[in-house]
Amino acid sequence: MVKYFACVGLLKSSWDQVCTAFWERYPNPYSNHVLTEDIIFREVTPGNRLVSRRLLTKTNRAPRWMEKYLPVTMARHAYIIEDSIVDPQNRTMTTLTWNISHARMMSVEERCEYRINPDNTSWTEINREAWISSNVYGLSRAIQEFGLARFKTSVTKTMKGFEYVLAKMQGEIPSRTLAEHATERARETALAAKERAKDLASQAHKKQQYV
Amino acid sequence: MNSVGEGCTDLKREYDQCFNRWFAEKFLKEDRSGDPCTEMFKKYQHCVQKAIKEKDIPIDSVEFMGPNKEKPDS
Repeated sequence: MVKYFACVGLLKSSWDQVCTAFWERYPNPYSNHVLTEDIIFREVTPGNRLVSRRLLTKTNRAPRWMEKYLPVTMARHAYIIEDSIVDPQNRTMTTLTWNISHARMMSVEERCEYRINPDNTSWTEINREAWISSNVYGLSRAIQEFGLARFKTSVTKTMKGFEYVLAKMQGEIPSRTLAEHATERARETALAAKERAKDLASQAHKKQQYV
Repeated sequence: MNSVGEGCTDLKREYDQCFNRWFAEKFLKEDRSGDPCTEMFKKYQHCVQKAIKEKDIPIDSVEFMGPNKEKPDS
């Protein structure tokens, strides 16, 4: 079973600026969980597209109930790969991000398309999709719910991080934006999902006790 | 930002600076006049690939855009 999530984000900066910021977005005030960042492959194709692979190390933030049931897996940092293709002719960037550690416990894959916003060509639209799955016996539904909740929070941080870096690049102080409204809604949804995940986990735990 | 290889951070930052300039001023403008960062990239890669092996980070058999399959809505 896989949890699917999709959303559209908007950045009020040009596609060129967003792509430039993409390479400069760490560190930012919303990325304290990102510990290291490395380009581990890069080349320009004959068709003049930039192909890159980035390796990230992140802290493994999880709720206490997960640490209780899966103490060994939770201990390590998480490794994430982000592959990207930048096409300057068509003005598109496609990224695919997924974790290469802890994948059996929970796998999160995210695909993004960065394009010029059709309604305002000085803005950039991000079409984002994610697939979240888990294979842990008895806990996969709870883990997926947690994964989805954490992913939604991550998206908010990502957008805020982008806006911060873009404002810095443009020499402005970041101001209240669309993303802040999305934050409130994302926070409410994430909180509800977290509660549901906690319930599922304690139900699973109770079942195990009676076996 | 730090590199996963503790000794590679300086090389990484030097390369990043070169790349960011080339990316914004040449690549995005479809100027194909060549990449001034290749030497820096080589030095950085030599360092970081060694660190990746030492830390046993499982990047070897990962296809580019690896898990890019269509998945059903849940």
